[in-house]
Amino acid sequence: MGLLEAIFLSVIAASTPLLLAAAGELVVERSGVLNLGVEGMMIMGAACGFAGAYLTGSTFLGALFGIVAGCALSLVFAALTLGMAVNQVAAGLALTILGIGLSGLIGAGFVGEKIVPAPALYIPFLTDIPIVGRILFGQDGFVYFSVMLVAAIWWFLYRTRPGLILRAVGDSHTSAHALGYPVLKIRLYAVLFGGACAGLGGAFLPLAYTPFFIPGMTAGRGWIALALVVFSSWRPGRLVGGAYLFGAVTILQLHAQAFGLGIPSQMMTALPYLATVIVLVLISRARGTAGSAAPASLGMVFVPDR
Amino acid sequence: MQLVLEKRAERSTKIAILSPLIAIALTLVTMAILFAILGKNPIAALNVYFVEPLTDSYSLMEIAVKATPLVMIAIGLSLCYLANVWNIGAEGQFIMGAVCGSYLAVVTNGTGAGHWVLPAMLVMGALGGALWAMIPAICKVKFGANEILTSLMLVYVADLIMDYLVRGPWRDPKGMNFPTTATFDPVANVPVLIEGGRLHAGAVLALIVVMLATVMLGRTIKGFEIRVVGAAPKAARFGGFSSSRLVLFTFAVSGALAGLAGIIEVAGPVGVLQPGISPGYGFTAIIVAFLGRLNPVGILIAGLFLALTFIGGEGAQISMKIPLDLTKVFQGILLFYVLACDSLILYRIRLISKFRKAADGTA
Repeated sequence: MGLLEAIFLSVIAASTPLLLAAAGELVVERSGVLNLGVEGMMIMGAACGFAGAYLTGSTFLGALFGIVAGCALSLVFAALTLGMAVNQVAAGLALTILGIGLSGLIGAGFVGEKIVPAPALYIPFLTDIPIVGRILFGQDGFVYFSVMLVAAIWWFLYRTRPGLILRAVGDSHTSAHALGYPVLKIRLYAVLFGGACAGLGGAFLPLAYTPFFIPGMTAGRGWIALALVVFSSWRPGRLVGGAYLFGAVTILQLHAQAFGLGIPSQMMTALPYLATVIVLVLISRARGTAGSAAPASLGMVFVPDR
Repeated sequence: MQLVLEKRAERSTKIAILSPLIAIALTLVTMAILFAILGKNPIAALNVYFVEPLTDSYSLMEIAVKATPLVMIAIGLSLCYLANVWNIGAEGQFIMGAVCGSYLAVVTNGTGAGHWVLPAMLVMGALGGALWAMIPAICKVKFGANEILTSLMLVYVADLIMDYLVRGPWRDPKGMNFPTTATFDPVANVPVLIEGGRLHAGAVLALIVVMLATVMLGRTIKGFEIRVVGAAPKAARFGGFSSSRLVLFTFAVSGALAGLAGIIEVAGPVGVLQPGISPGYGFTAIIVAFLGRLNPVGILIAGLFLALTFIGGEGAQISMKIPLDLTKVFQGILLFYVLACDSLILYRIRLISKFRKAADGTA
């Protein structure tokens, strides 16, 4: 396996959890809800996903555990922000703090254990094609699923009636309410979907990326996923590009560290975080003249009047 | 039958006072259930967590030591949140304050420098925190970049900068390769209040900060401006208050306070700069700010209460083998209940039946 191929493979692996979590959050934000708890849901997905896979011996069931854990946390968020009209920023932070604590509690018993990582696809001949073979036909299920998920989200948002309604709810909840659409119910579904995606993205880490669980292993990926949604201007297509760009930055710094360019390793590790800040600044500046692309009702509390 | 929220005609003062207490009570019940799930006796565990630390003078002093950074950071954050500015990177500002202040302690180490060192360190710490906080503030004001994400990202960067310094240029040559600076000289230490104890002058400073914040919010134009911009941005604009200037101001003040807390923590209870100087003070302070209802005196009480959970959590880990992560779970659940109960100040929950809804003609 050549170095180039290895780099491509690792970029895809580093991008997948970001893409999964960001895809879910994109739908949530398109419905007008800002859930800042992605990091908390991801780390819960990682802990429960690993626990599930370790106990059942099945990657698939592990991923399912991760999805359920993400959903459960997002349900708490929905109860607060949709049911009790709580400030979404504060509730999202609470969700992250809770998720980090709970995942530590659940994962404590599994630290140091190992599982069999998710199997990769193998098609005779196709997978054996030099360079592109393994990249296109030798990935694990998560990778294929993440790409299909984004395509499905695009189709849903722009080609179906429920997708149109969801976007309407996100752009003007009062108008959508006046037209008779159940704003809170639609948002509930969106939030649950976002939780499932974040949970799955988190579960990818111990199930496929590294075959073990470490407390805090998401290391800010949930926040980077949130930044990616801003980066993508809330469009699924651009999300893929953004996620792979960030995956590339992550891998670039790992390889640069291995080469030992004399740059302190901490500075290289800080690169993805710094890149996030810089990208946010550039994107916001570029948009300054064109107006915001954010859903107009994003982050606003909605209490239907009867 | 259906539960719905209904806006109250006016804020409920009764619930405004009761809400933090209801939230704490609900959290304790939830915790008791969690303890039971973990197979521990809930009553005994709650006792270790919340009562035992209050029974001996050592633990009481430790609570004050832990509450000091929490209160200082949370006061700064409350100014931000009142103005609807979302600084959630206080942890990073805390670390950068500790780093900048420690610079003086490191270069003067063993040189026999005079008593100017500590005051200069405190100033450097506050400046360091404020400058670090200016990054997201300027990105927000100049380019419109979301301050929640930028301030949070910079926490990781600050952590890595500190890690680099204590493993690289600032490492104690006699420290057997541990990632830590040399122990600070006595002139670089925050003086203790009681000989032999750990309670230090920083606690007094925290009280002064609480008083200053009370005066500022209640008695000055700046305090009024903060509250108006947060509560009614449009009215504030007509009133000539600049929201950009306020973003810079609140970020600078909260960064300075977090940085000051950072250098006090390092020059006080810890005594060296090393990784892990903060058990997440910057994040816990967010909870303190909300539990204290963004009010300086409320924050003081809330800070002491959350400090109690840190001490109680350590005690429970030692005596009952309860994982330390439970403290974080506790803090997250508490914030949920606080937010939910606060919602009841503005809204009431009504149970309505489908039948009545239809009769209202609005179904």
